[in-house]
Amino acid sequence: MGADVDKVFKALAAPERRLLLDRLRADNGQTLGQLCTHLEMTRQAVTRHLRLLEEATLVVTIWRGREKLHYLNPLPIHEIAERWIGKYERGRLRVLAELKTKLEEENNG
Amino acid sequence: MAESQFVYVTYIRTTAEKLWRALTEPEFTRQFWVGTAQECAWKPGASWKLMAPDGRVADAGEVVEIDPPRKLVLTWQNHLFPEITAEGFSRMTYELEAKGGTVKLTVTHTIEKSDSKLIKAVGNGWPHILASLKSLLETGESLEGTNRWPEGL
Repeated sequence: MGADVDKVFKALAAPERRLLLDRLRADNGQTLGQLCTHLEMTRQAVTRHLRLLEEATLVVTIWRGREKLHYLNPLPIHEIAERWIGKYERGRLRVLAELKTKLEEENNG
Repeated sequence: MAESQFVYVTYIRTTAEKLWRALTEPEFTRQFWVGTAQECAWKPGASWKLMAPDGRVADAGEVVEIDPPRKLVLTWQNHLFPEITAEGFSRMTYELEAKGGTVKLTVTHTIEKSDSKLIKAVGNGWPHILASLKSLLETGESLEGTNRWPEGL
């Protein structure tokens, strides 16, 4: 992993940064301004969180004209999963994850 | 502008030349890219095809830009699912940047259409394929499930 694993865990260890990742997951390729709308964080705080996410390569940016767009990069998380969960467990974990989703849906419904 | 896009970045401990070969040569791609091989003359304007192991064309397009071992731009249309084929051509870019002992690989896939099914489908497939490519180059072994075509596809 080129991005250091410590940076990935550190970046994930704050609810504000996980919220930013959730926002990008829902709508990938946003500008800083778009990410700041409806968030109870200052623009400076969002900028700081995005920098840590970028250093961990959880967020990657590309320029389109004068706009800097932010994208969720799932690969560091995928690599972590692959490292510790591995090939044998995946099938079983998927069954458990589906069961959890199903039960939670029933509870909510 | 209505657009769907993803950008994936991975760092691989290898050289740009080896990574380029792994991305283009069938003996490598078959190991990490679900058994597929690309048919292409690898020059600007050449046609490009991603062939499934059973001989079907999975995706096709042409080479827009090629600068080995740094950059490849392809147009890309899916041929397996009519509703995705109907979305027309997307654009896929590989960028390779060597830094120290690693290469930063950036994969960008874009289509001028919002909520694209193509982008959703390739976006779901790429993370595992790229993790497998990384594993193949760093350890000599690709990841489980990426060396053969998915059953029933």
